[in-house]
Amino acid sequence: MHEISLVESIVELIEDERRKHVFSRVCMIRLSIGALGHAEPEALRFCFDAITRGTIVDGARLEIETVAGEGWCSGCRQTVPLEERFASCPVCGIAEVRMTAGDELRLTEMEVE
Amino acid sequence: MCTVCGCEAAVMEEKPHQERLAAAAGAPVRDHDHSHSHAQDHHHHGHTGGIIDFGGGLAGAHVPGMSQDRTISIERDILSKNDAFAHANRTRLRNSGVFALNLVSSPGSGKTSLLVRTVTHLKDQWPIAVIEGDQQTSRDADRIRATGVPAVQINTGKGCHLDAHMVGHALDHLSLGHGSLLFVENVGNLVCPAAFDLGEAHKVVVLSVTEGEDKPLKYPDMFAAADLMLLNKADLLPHLDFDVSACLAAALRVNPRIQCLTVSARTGEGLAAFYSWIEQRASAMADPAGGPA
Repeated sequence: MHEISLVESIVELIEDERRKHVFSRVCMIRLSIGALGHAEPEALRFCFDAITRGTIVDGARLEIETVAGEGWCSGCRQTVPLEERFASCPVCGIAEVRMTAGDELRLTEMEVE
Repeated sequence: MCTVCGCEAAVMEEKPHQERLAAAAGAPVRDHDHSHSHAQDHHHHGHTGGIIDFGGGLAGAHVPGMSQDRTISIERDILSKNDAFAHANRTRLRNSGVFALNLVSSPGSGKTSLLVRTVTHLKDQWPIAVIEGDQQTSRDADRIRATGVPAVQINTGKGCHLDAHMVGHALDHLSLGHGSLLFVENVGNLVCPAAFDLGEAHKVVVLSVTEGEDKPLKYPDMFAAADLMLLNKADLLPHLDFDVSACLAAALRVNPRIQCLTVSARTGEGLAAFYSWIEQRASAMADPAGGPA
């Protein structure tokens, strides 16, 4: 359940923002999470309230945008959808596909007041 | 001064997080709950009997402010704090010519037995230290210390992996001379440690033949992050249906660059290749301009 650590890291990043901007409350935070990445959105939601309680993020709404997996197929010479991190190309079925999207683990923005 | 967080004073017992927040932001740390006693170049983190305890939780406080609703764009990697600590560890290790490996696996694959055998074999040629990560107890560090090699135990509490900040503090407790080997045994967990760079030179994933040969496909993140796979408990192969070539094919599918060695920590089979894998790379780390002797 490393999502607990990830939520703690999100709180740290927002604490950083508080040194740059004046705000008293975070209303919403938006994450961009790759479908093939290291974090499970449901696990993030599950621990979010508990971990953020008593912090500047307490009470914030969590919005998660899922980024679909994509890769570059050297055989087809095009970007193809990826269902698994190390799947073969869904078009030609053979070539190695280099993942180009789906590994994201980013805090993109927040609404504050 | 604490060389990781830079704080001038004291203790780390209940709220390691406050210190992390301030440290990673480069802010002066004056009032954190973090006690450093430096009489012998040594400090404490809820640290008893050689165990560093990172089981404390998050603590924060509201600071009143006035503003209107607005959106702030951040666009930062969630792991950027960990990655900054990992970068600091890597720089520190490289500057000291220390070759560090991060051993990862499921619980029970034989990491500690492998380490005990490895450090016993290499300790006469190389200065060695070990960092052990477990949720609780110092049993693994005790096994390492019984070989005469110094070990620091990190207890992660509820944490399921080591992070770079913990390892940075553990480094403060070890005296690593130039050309040392450092082994970090991560918490037994084939999922979470994959995401957390510790500053090591290489991740080494240990898989035992009593597990499924398709494990690299079921837990691809860890095998993708590793540079070497040790297939352990090879002495049991005659008693099992484990298909070694299918396992190696699965590992290579997930990570075409991974190197694989079949070993037995119990009998020593295959370990000579692991020792030379380590020694070649450690020599290069200790003497970057030296090239092969």
